[in-house]
Amino acid sequence: MSLPSKLTDFTLAEARNAVSGKKVSSIELTKAFSKAVADAKPLNAFVTETPEKALEMAAASDARIAKGEARPLEGLPLAIKDLFCTKGVKTTAGSNILNNFIPPYESTVTQNLWDAGAVMLGKTNMDEFAMGSSNETSFYKPVLSPWRAKNSNAALVPGGSSGGSASAVAANLCLGATGTDTGGSIRQPAAVTGTVGLKPTYGRCSRWGTVAFASSLDQAGPMTRTVRDAAILLRHMASVDPKDSTSVDMPVPDYEATLENGVKGLRVGIPKEYRIDGAPPEIDALWQKGADWLKALGAEIVEVSLPHTKYALPAYYIVAPAEASSNLARYDGVRYGHRTKEAIRDITDLYEKSRAEGFGAEVRRRILIGTYVLSAGYYDAYYSRAQKIRTLILRDFEQAWEKCDVLLTPATPGPAFAIGEKSNDPISMYLNDVFTVTVNLAGLPGLAVPAGLTADGLPLGLQIIGKAFDEATVLRAGRSIEIAANFTAKPQHWWAA
Amino acid sequence: MSVDKDTVRRIAKLARIALEEDRVEPMERELNGILAWVEQLQEVNIEGVEPMTSVVAQKLKMREDVVTDGNIAEAVTANAPVSEDNFFVVPKVVE
Repeated sequence: MSLPSKLTDFTLAEARNAVSGKKVSSIELTKAFSKAVADAKPLNAFVTETPEKALEMAAASDARIAKGEARPLEGLPLAIKDLFCTKGVKTTAGSNILNNFIPPYESTVTQNLWDAGAVMLGKTNMDEFAMGSSNETSFYKPVLSPWRAKNSNAALVPGGSSGGSASAVAANLCLGATGTDTGGSIRQPAAVTGTVGLKPTYGRCSRWGTVAFASSLDQAGPMTRTVRDAAILLRHMASVDPKDSTSVDMPVPDYEATLENGVKGLRVGIPKEYRIDGAPPEIDALWQKGADWLKALGAEIVEVSLPHTKYALPAYYIVAPAEASSNLARYDGVRYGHRTKEAIRDITDLYEKSRAEGFGAEVRRRILIGTYVLSAGYYDAYYSRAQKIRTLILRDFEQAWEKCDVLLTPATPGPAFAIGEKSNDPISMYLNDVFTVTVNLAGLPGLAVPAGLTADGLPLGLQIIGKAFDEATVLRAGRSIEIAANFTAKPQHWWAA
Repeated sequence: MSVDKDTVRRIAKLARIALEEDRVEPMERELNGILAWVEQLQEVNIEGVEPMTSVVAQKLKMREDVVTDGNIAEAVTANAPVSEDNFFVVPKVVE
């Protein structure tokens, strides 16, 4: 197989083979990507760039390769969402309240990546505390998508909350990136930027050292240009971890080994409730095309029903803010993070002013909703009811698995929208996660794969949902979509100086 | 269910987030928009349904109740906005 002429056009798998085969050094590769990052300032994809650290890590990788001690991701430059704590490197979670936070420890997911030999290019921008679907809630200004509609220069969002990672992957600023997904924050930005994003089963990756948003929903996962690259990265992010009691003690499979096994005989469910009113006809058409592709490759298509689907999003907007209001209580202006400079009367005043100054509007709104639904007298009406509806949503999936092995759905209700288009209407923003949020509530794995372009030339994705801990089948089905879709479109290179 | 201005002030107090008086009315509107939207959950029959307590079926792991970490006071206070001799500094709380 011939390699691309530009180093930054390599896929992660191509780079791995080139570096371990000594055709390219990690230093050459890392310099090329660090330059691409530095030249892509207009995208605002990074909060912190770490080119010196990247070069040090690359030099260490090259030394290992020379000694014949290469590890699985040796010398491969990655971007890290700014929600993962990185020892000695500022970690902001996209918030003013963590503007000066330098973690004295490393998250388990990133430690696993460095232990496998990967190189860090920097920390990617994101919606504040991962609360958003457009990256507009970041304290560090919105990320722009590298994509623009045909005959238009209008700035589009990269989706969110892992929008910096999505933008960096789509613009070839890194070989792959980490993301986190609480309601769709990996899959939605992947879908609208023409990249691949995988939310693993809850418990597959450790949450330790990842800034918490909603602990029963948060899960880290890979964002890449190909399904194979996602398979490679997930294997080296996942682990059981004594520091996260919800991480699961199951062997991590070699997802790459079964990637090309095809979908012959695989039963693919089409959940009828995912056909929503008001969705653009392009979404339904692409979904039908996806089913036709898989059928042509030997899969069996079956219609299934997930009757509680329409309640997933409102249930999420009780559970997630409730857990966020508890998790974000730790920002007190005392132990770390922003502390008000205003005159204060007492400790309560210190908390109230520090938190009001440190949190942005969307985060404040969600903390207040969460505080309300957990407050005395309302717990049963809201949180307890929402957790019961979660049980019903999980039950829907379990019944579907009697008829099928994976589900095929649209990934988003539409393509990327313009900056500012939805930022004044919280609920219309929340609706971006209508196809992804069910998976978080049920703890299942979901994969977004680029599948086509709108008439305006903007990417759309399809989603494969699988059984708990069956990422291997999800990736295999995603690979078949990737082959059939043959999505080769790339954004015009308008951002470089 | 919906919230009024007093409830908004009370929740903000509980959440320890200062809310300027001119922000109370917009916040009331925003919260009520969201609460009206989640109201549809009331139509779901949840009779006899257990709330989800564990996302993935697994028994919570146990470990010995022993110290596994410590003696890192400097690392713990390194990010404190104000600290003295590895103590966090807060306004006087006891008269």
